[in-house]
Amino acid sequence: MTTTLTLDNLGLMRGGRLLLSGLSLTLESGAVLSLEGPNGAGKTSLLRAIAGFLPPAAGSITLENGSAIFRDGEERGSRIGWLGHHDGIKPQLTVVEQASFWAHLYGTDDARVAAALARFGLAALADAPGQLLSAGQRRRLAFARLLLSVRPLWLLDEPLSALDEAGRGQAAGAIAAHAAAGGIVIAATHEPLGVTCQNLILRKAMAA
Amino acid sequence: MNGFLSLLQRDLRLAFRAGGGAALALAFFAAVVTLVPLGIGPDLKLLARIAGGVLWVSAVLAALLALDRLFQADFEDGSLDLIALSPLSLESVALAKLIAHWLATGLPLTFLAALMAVLYGLPTAATGALMLSLLIGTPAISAIGAIGAALTLSIRRGGLILPLIVLPLAAPAVIFGSGAVLDALDGQASGALLLLSAFSLLSLALSPFAAAAAVRLNLAA
Repeated sequence: MTTTLTLDNLGLMRGGRLLLSGLSLTLESGAVLSLEGPNGAGKTSLLRAIAGFLPPAAGSITLENGSAIFRDGEERGSRIGWLGHHDGIKPQLTVVEQASFWAHLYGTDDARVAAALARFGLAALADAPGQLLSAGQRRRLAFARLLLSVRPLWLLDEPLSALDEAGRGQAAGAIAAHAAAGGIVIAATHEPLGVTCQNLILRKAMAA
Repeated sequence: MNGFLSLLQRDLRLAFRAGGGAALALAFFAAVVTLVPLGIGPDLKLLARIAGGVLWVSAVLAALLALDRLFQADFEDGSLDLIALSPLSLESVALAKLIAHWLATGLPLTFLAALMAVLYGLPTAATGALMLSLLIGTPAISAIGAIGAALTLSIRRGGLILPLIVLPLAAPAVIFGSGAVLDALDGQASGALLLLSAFSLLSLALSPFAAAAAVRLNLAA
């Protein structure tokens, strides 16, 4: 199934400030986009707009997945895999409880949980509560959850932060595999993703 | 298991594990309800008259204690974004969360209240009316509370603003609930339980939509 993301003349405002304007972009199946730029340039806001949380101030965002076309933000959300700045991990629940919960919530087969955890080196920690995880292990669990969401368009905010060498390798592997399988990846990052990708550099909008 | 039930199960687990609000709310309820007779003195007739009101107000305040984290905890750690992107609609999410809140607070409070009523010398018939009124009325508290929690989810220390939103809206539940207990005490036929049921149904029907709208607004900010 082919996927296409089209941004047409997109403008974003946040808290009354213009973050970016006139952004047009088309990404096809297999694309990996590295979103770069200084702090406050609007990388996270752009990801939130594509995910459908932040309504665009101007222009449009269209996601085509197979024969389905999504223009509305909340509809688009049904095709989006999200790895946010925060890891969304509960200190009181064990690793496998959290992974199973997200698999159920996203309608993914429970049988895939163990494989997703193993892929990010969390198999031995399955019964550990979230509060014992290090920052890097939490990020790995967030990546495992991303795999379990089984969505064509991945939006990643600082995906490599806190990850060690091995973790970065696993993340790069997952990103490359997702693109090779026909998905699209957009990652806001300050460091090289470790996969071949296009680059988009956002600049700070002029102060109004 | 479908998404709705798994969210319900997760929220219940979080409520009952260390750091969850359920045990805290029950302990708070027991402490306040025990303190009032100590302040009033051993006048059993007076205590029986005020039992309905005291137990109802304490139950509302105890339920409030567990409310402020209903959406806020998920908002702060990024889970709410992921929940919003799941196939479950935000209306269903709000409904699952308010049911979980009721199962963790309202329902146990109903049974605990029957136990605490002994301290007030409440007769059996009135205790029955109290339990029935709490059983019918506490879902309304969870429902109204879910709207308040969704509105204040991005406000730091929103827990202090939440009661200001929820308490006025919860007033009908307290009035009809404690009214039903008084009527039972006086042996009168009472329409209070019917009015309480109507209020509870109305709150339950409206709450998921209002709470979902408030969550959307906060996620867009």
